[in-house]
Amino acid sequence: MGDWEGVRLHVVTGKGGTGKTTVAGALAMALAAGGRRVLIAEVEERQGLAQLFDVPPLAYEEHRVASAPGGGEVFALAIDAREAMHEYLAMFYRLGRAGRALDKLGFVDFATTIAPGLRDVLLTGKAYEATRRRTGDHYAYDAVVLDAPPTGRVVRFLDVTTSVSSLARVGPINRQANSITDLIHSPRTAVHVVTLLEDMPVQETADAVADLQAAHIPVGAVVVNQVRPPHLAARSLPAARRGRLDHDDVLAGLRAAGLPASDGVVDLLVREAADHAERTALEEAQRALVDDLGRPVYELPRIADGIDPTALYELADALAEQGAV
Amino acid sequence: MNPGPRAAKPAHFDVDRLIDDRRIRIVVTCGSGGVGKTTTAAAIALRAAERGRKAVVLTIDPARRLAQSMGLSELDNTPRAVKGVDVEAGGSLDAMMLDMKRTFDEVVEDHTTPDRARQILANPFYQALSSSFAGTQEYMAMEKLGQLRARSDWDLIVVDTPPARSALDFLDAPERLGSFLDGRLIRLLGGTARAGGRTYLKLLHAGFNVVTSTLTKILGGELLKDVSTFVNALDTMFGGFRERAEQTYALLKRPETAFIVVAAPEHDALREASYFVDRLSRDAMPLAGLVLNRVHASDAAGIGAEQAVAAAERLESSGSHALTAALLRLHADRLKLAARDERIGERFSAAHPEVPVTRIPALAGDVHDLDGLREIGELFDAR
Repeated sequence: MGDWEGVRLHVVTGKGGTGKTTVAGALAMALAAGGRRVLIAEVEERQGLAQLFDVPPLAYEEHRVASAPGGGEVFALAIDAREAMHEYLAMFYRLGRAGRALDKLGFVDFATTIAPGLRDVLLTGKAYEATRRRTGDHYAYDAVVLDAPPTGRVVRFLDVTTSVSSLARVGPINRQANSITDLIHSPRTAVHVVTLLEDMPVQETADAVADLQAAHIPVGAVVVNQVRPPHLAARSLPAARRGRLDHDDVLAGLRAAGLPASDGVVDLLVREAADHAERTALEEAQRALVDDLGRPVYELPRIADGIDPTALYELADALAEQGAV
Repeated sequence: MNPGPRAAKPAHFDVDRLIDDRRIRIVVTCGSGGVGKTTTAAAIALRAAERGRKAVVLTIDPARRLAQSMGLSELDNTPRAVKGVDVEAGGSLDAMMLDMKRTFDEVVEDHTTPDRARQILANPFYQALSSSFAGTQEYMAMEKLGQLRARSDWDLIVVDTPPARSALDFLDAPERLGSFLDGRLIRLLGGTARAGGRTYLKLLHAGFNVVTSTLTKILGGELLKDVSTFVNALDTMFGGFRERAEQTYALLKRPETAFIVVAAPEHDALREASYFVDRLSRDAMPLAGLVLNRVHASDAAGIGAEQAVAAAERLESSGSHALTAALLRLHADRLKLAARDERIGERFSAAHPEVPVTRIPALAGDVHDLDGLREIGELFDAR
């Protein structure tokens, strides 16, 4: 078993543009490998999972979207606050006329878009329900992966009681929020943060890790996404960065390879190398900051041709090899 | 139908012409998170100021270093002069960060008696609403924009939009909050059963008790009490909220406003950009163009990606010229990235041929000072 034995709810967050949905998908595939059932859920009504797994838009219903190596299955769900509210009302109250009246008055709108925190209780509540659901004496899912809001909003999203308990101090919403809080603050949950080796995403990752820790929410791994292959040997980097690579050596190489060899081509390649070395140096500094966070770090390669379901298998393998499952 | 020949290249989005046009008074940058929206807004404002506009940039939740680059150290809702701006052309640049709670408080204070305002500000429901409702930030950004426009200190306002779930939230949230605060439910919650008309009264007779007792069951009596006190204290302001939201919305439709959609060459970001472009055109809102950030540009210099990889493989298996082989692999990677960015950009332009586009190349480092912003501004001009 990997680093997250006993974790049932994997929450994946990250700054916008870091690829958190892709990483969540790869993690779900990795967790499902070897015959397990995993649910991946999104909460932002973006249909990111349908895009990722290349399936038709998801409804408020769990659908099998992929099979993992060794017979495992990944199911996906787009959690919708309105549907969750209706389900919630139906579950707790047998509402006939009153339910319709509530809807007409705009109560569902109120609860799902306006009332502070209620929306988040409904969204995390559904993930909570799926995490605990049983069929017979087994859990319905071996693990649940939640593609959560970006780093800037994730703590408020997960820390539902703080926002709700000051409002709904008693009653079923309050009780629901309390059970969710118990799960989210327990070792059965891990919040993984996705980053790129760039200044702002790393800064936001550090902020999110600090905020999660302050809220006593268990922080999982930091996933460094879109890592470029290190084509240039480390010892050539300093010279490359200053644009001082051996011009004649490169020219001779081009000739040996039977390529157009001119000073112009060499200059272009040397400029590209300088740019690459500059980025590598920046990335190394950012990587040191990531390491300082003291969390397990996984690296995922940049997929040059874009993400498709095949690429997900590759990323899932990379996570498994590094001990994520 | 056969696919036609390669789509014509979209028109170049001339940012300089836009910011030099004195009739343009408001520029709104929108797009999904992580595409460099705030940086773009700041770079546009700086460039406009240095080309002679009296500009103010309203940022929402900027990254710390970007805020520092403009000398913003706190969220204090006050536009402050940015130091280090070249004012030779007669322009100036102020910058501010939105304090959403403070803005909401001010709206309340402006519209009611000091006594009532105190009551409202102390109400737990109001406090939650003004600090954590997902749409409050959007609503207050609009509100602030309206306030800045009403003053005559600036001739150009650049507004960054909040990092929303969807870029469309910026347009929809104010309306949602406005109709809620103005709507039937809140009056029912507040126990002021005045508005509505006949259907509403019928509904009341039919279900009032069931509804309130259900609400009490779901939300708890305390919350209903807070909402009720809040609504009653706010009574005088009803109508005001919706009206203000509508006014700002109308402002956004005027020809003095220009929307700039910001995206990165990623499917998600461009999908969001597409939604936004469709929405703007449906609502007849003035879209100026698309800024496509972080585009990998590349010069093949006569060596294509596949050719470079094949040559690198040959050199590697021959065991010599390791440096050239490495450089060729780097070159191939760059070309592949550039080709991918190009494809993604073309797909957007095929769907929206009418939208002018400007491409900003991927920079090696992040922007953290005015020079960095200035450099981006210069890239607006490069074709």
